[in-house]
Amino acid sequence: MIRLYVSSIIDASADTVWARIRDFNGLPQWHPAIADSRIENQEPADRVGCVRHFHTRDGGMIRERLLALSDYDYTCTYEILESPMGVENYVATLKLTPVTDGDRCFAEWSAEFDCAEGRERELSDLIGQGVFQGGFDALKRAFSRR
Amino acid sequence: MLQKVVRSTVIDAPIERVWAVLRDFNSHDQWHAVVDKSRIEGGAAPTQVGCVRSFTLKDGAFIREQLLTLDDREHRSTYCIVEATVPLQRYVATVTLKPVTDGRRTFWHWESTFATPPGQERELREMVARDVYEAGFENLRRHLRLGADLRAPGTAPMPTALPVPCRRVVVRAYGGPQALQPEAGEARPPGPGELRLRQRAAGVNFIDVYVRRGWIPAMLPLPGTPGVEGAGTVLDVGEGVTGFLPGDRVAWMGPEGGGYASVHTISAERAVRLPAAVEDETAAALLLKGVTADYLLRDLGRVQPGARWLVHAAAGGVGLLLCAWARRLGARVVGTVSTEDKARLARAHGCEQVIVTPDYRFAAAVRRHFGDGADVIVDGLGDAASAENFEALAPCGHWISLGQASGPLQPLDPNLLVSKSATFSRPVAFAYVATQDRLAERARRVWEALADGTLKPPPIERHALDVAAQAHERLESRRTAGALVLVA
Repeated sequence: MIRLYVSSIIDASADTVWARIRDFNGLPQWHPAIADSRIENQEPADRVGCVRHFHTRDGGMIRERLLALSDYDYTCTYEILESPMGVENYVATLKLTPVTDGDRCFAEWSAEFDCAEGRERELSDLIGQGVFQGGFDALKRAFSRR
Repeated sequence: MLQKVVRSTVIDAPIERVWAVLRDFNSHDQWHAVVDKSRIEGGAAPTQVGCVRSFTLKDGAFIREQLLTLDDREHRSTYCIVEATVPLQRYVATVTLKPVTDGRRTFWHWESTFATPPGQERELREMVARDVYEAGFENLRRHLRLGADLRAPGTAPMPTALPVPCRRVVVRAYGGPQALQPEAGEARPPGPGELRLRQRAAGVNFIDVYVRRGWIPAMLPLPGTPGVEGAGTVLDVGEGVTGFLPGDRVAWMGPEGGGYASVHTISAERAVRLPAAVEDETAAALLLKGVTADYLLRDLGRVQPGARWLVHAAAGGVGLLLCAWARRLGARVVGTVSTEDKARLARAHGCEQVIVTPDYRFAAAVRRHFGDGADVIVDGLGDAASAENFEALAPCGHWISLGQASGPLQPLDPNLLVSKSATFSRPVAFAYVATQDRLAERARRVWEALADGTLKPPPIERHALDVAAQAHERLESRRTAGALVLVA
């Protein structure tokens, strides 16, 4: 089992950042690596159990199911059903926590998954740096006060 | 009804360092201003779950608290009040730390629930939030900034307001290498926005030779200490500095000079923290040169696969980095060097063709190799090679004058450029790292290129700080390859 953990500080309140990222169908609006997204079977994007079906900018198709969504804890947990990455049992959580001394929040993105032996490093870089840190970097730019 | 208080902040220190203080259940009298005395009852270890600490506060209040959870994996500590002169009832508090992975900082979350006598809810919530938690955040920040957690218990704090003795190299009159005179001096305490570091290595660059000769008096008013980059460990920091703490390993670069010293005070804007994998000498040898290669390739030369680059002094500090990095980014690189030994080194660093020319003759060979010339020329040679450089430039080429080892360039006639529709640049590295963010970003790319093997560490020639003159003689002799550093 591989465990990944990436965290960052974003210069906007948890409410503000949550408003941007809570939409399970909204990745293309803030994550630079995602080209398009739809929710299968016309379900609402905040119904737990719904499946998002999206493409990365390099053309890969990924399907992910929403496992948990909390507007109270600013938390979203999802699993991968189908992807070209070669990961199994992939469950990830994106979570915000307010930082009370200043208008900013602490963002965490973690994942657990299995993969073929020898691909651990490559997949950790791809997901940890490319997907998670890449997303945080985009949010930091979007909410930059400078 | 239970009251709940939550406060959180971000501390500019790695989680290991913050946790080392907070996991000690008996440490509050060392860093929290409200706590006067702390002891663990019955002589138990402060890491013993179930142990009880007894606090006397500065205002005379008395509190006994019991450790309920200590979790080194989750960086969490939970404790409750068992007896107190303040009316906090059923008080249970949890401290949790989490790493901020994109910057080696720490998120600190402190929360509690408790009951109060009727009518005192608000007053006690505010007391806990402000006087205990928020004050605690500030007090711990100060504790770390002073390096108090790094001292053995019972030893005196470092006199931050005092100058620290150091060795340094001073120029009193512009001239040859012998103008560099070692002497005993003092490094002033850091002012607002500054940090003071104990330097283990200072980089030697050709710009140091120019300022020593008096070519750029603005960069070295007399008497003055040359040196525009170095690496070492932070001793202390001035007011308002965030992101650096005593004990942090850092590298810096800046045009203000002063680098040839064993202790040096600089603006924190000029410094970056070093990854563990990069040693001080490597950092001092690489920072300015690596940043230079980075802006030349990305910003000024806009390197493309297949682009034809001519790199002079290809076995020098900047040259070796440029050859290797340009090659990795898909460019074709021809270099010039003065000796066969240097040619071998340049080839090993990615130069596809090396021209050995002690007398600056290379244009014909470059044109033979590249067809109609080079798209980009990185020129550290200066006046003696200017006609050859123009001859070696391809149509619409870009001539970047980085240095002038053979002497200052004569004024360039703009009409000369027309005949090749050429571009001429005279960049200064410091302009490309004008803010701390930009310096950190470029430095990060250099360390990453080093880590993934794109850049090989250049050969480093070491000289003691006191014989800086000898290092300059070597650099000016054109006999050195790679980078020179002074070690303190």
